Amino acid sequence: MNEAPSLGAEWLSALVGEAPVQSGYPASVRVVDGQLAGRAARFIAVVPDPHSRYPRARNGEVGLAEGWALARAVREAMAADDSADTRRVIVAVIDVPSQAYGRTEEAYGIHQALAAAAEAYARARQAGHPVIGLIVGRAMSGGFLAHGYQANRLLALSGESVQVHAMGKQAAARITQRSVEGVEALARTITPMAYDIDSYASLGLLHRRLDVAAEDTSQVAVVREALVAAVADIGGRTDLADRFDDQGRPASMAVRRRLREQWAG
Amino acid sequence: MNTAELLARESFVELPARARVECLLDAGTMRELVGPFERQTSPWLPKQDIVTQADDGVIIARGTIDGVDVVVAAIEPAFQGGSMGEVGGAKIAGALELAAEDAAAGKPVVPVLLLETGGVRLQEANCGLAAIAEIHAAIVALRALVPVIGVITGPVGCFGGMSIAAGLCSHLIVTREARLGLNGPQVIEQEAGVEEFDSRDRPMIWSLLGGAQRAATGLADERTDDDRARIRARIAAAVAAGPTRLARTADVAAWDRLLEAIDPAERAEAGVVREVFARHLGGRHE
Repeated sequence: MNEAPSLGAEWLSALVGEAPVQSGYPASVRVVDGQLAGRAARFIAVVPDPHSRYPRARNGEVGLAEGWALARAVREAMAADDSADTRRVIVAVIDVPSQAYGRTEEAYGIHQALAAAAEAYARARQAGHPVIGLIVGRAMSGGFLAHGYQANRLLALSGESVQVHAMGKQAAARITQRSVEGVEALARTITPMAYDIDSYASLGLLHRRLDVAAEDTSQVAVVREALVAAVADIGGRTDLADRFDDQGRPASMAVRRRLREQWAG
Repeated sequence: MNTAELLARESFVELPARARVECLLDAGTMRELVGPFERQTSPWLPKQDIVTQADDGVIIARGTIDGVDVVVAAIEPAFQGGSMGEVGGAKIAGALELAAEDAAAGKPVVPVLLLETGGVRLQEANCGLAAIAEIHAAIVALRALVPVIGVITGPVGCFGGMSIAAGLCSHLIVTREARLGLNGPQVIEQEAGVEEFDSRDRPMIWSLLGGAQRAATGLADERTDDDRARIRARIAAAVAAGPTRLARTADVAAWDRLLEAIDPAERAEAGVVREVFARHLGGRHE
């Protein structure tokens, strides 16, 4: 296959081996049904498609086609397990540079496409599918909100290719009227502004950071083992409590505590 | 509106967030939670020499609208562009989570979200993004139990991750002054170039992202005029309705057909967009 290099595509292949890519999806959304410790699992990745009909979504961005395809892939998995005792695991393999920026995208409601994807993941989690977000590259902004941020557990690999942020460095610099160096300098002291995965982990949002370099797919056994452990850790939980109970965001905890105290009046 | 109506009208858009909440709730029922005197301010802005605000730009209040228990979350457009930081984000997410707990326990509290936001506050990037994901989760959980009402009136509009939150609401009310889009016009221009999107071309922007267009395509449920009494009446009607299936996120097959009808090589124009929506999703063709 002739394709642009993509950590998402490489890790998806490593994780699912010979299992076939499901047909009926855009080339930028790869859906593969496999297994995790004997339990059925659906793996989903957004990958670059240099031939996409949408010029603004050729580098792995989540655009109109991707948002609706993600929604369909997750809803299909839910429907398939509607009456099953054990619901399949859903793994979002995450390497998304951003959402798509374009006139066509806005005109036809890209926000609604991303809402459909986020909702599908949230519903799957609430219905009892263990949902895991595996960050193998960039987890950026709207792309991440649509693909992975609704997971019960977030796992991440290591190295400079693994980044989480609300906006790419160049764009963030332009919008906040700073230089890229200025953004980098701030990121060193303001934890939520940093791009690196260790800063992100310190906010308590990550279930585990694995000592596996994003480029080293030979470590796939370690990653699979971590996914299996995460499924066990999720157990029957269907909420995001894993992220709230951590000490990484003290202001968020304080606000939630005060709200609860005052809620009933 | 005719001239007499225009003269009699009281603008909602011009009100700051707390006054918006006051004018929506039944008189004497407003009770603000984690109000400004608690001084829950952003821990991140002072480190960047940016002045904080005592409520971090988000007002949370319980009360009733025509006797129905509600919790209103209002974003203050005048503070940091209505951006979502850690504290403001946690206020909205936390309030929605408590409403969901109550609704599940048989004590329905209907959330009303006054969305006036540019999205994530970049000075608190990952904390804002995380809070928005939590807001999405709570809205989806709530919607099975109660309607979740979204309101976008302007002047800021609703962008970024919060536009996704708007897309998750059971009932979305907009004014003509409102805009709804994922990426702000400036960001699109910076990322894709001025030929793709001219952020100074206001008529083009409103023709594609404005409240009238969003209501005509069905991406918003209704458009109302910028008038306090009218907006309140529309919200009161939506609050009193039961939970519904949200066609906007559920009808994936219809959207797939709509996507097939789009030619991304063709420059999107408002009229064509309305026709496509009307044909595939039965959008209200005004």
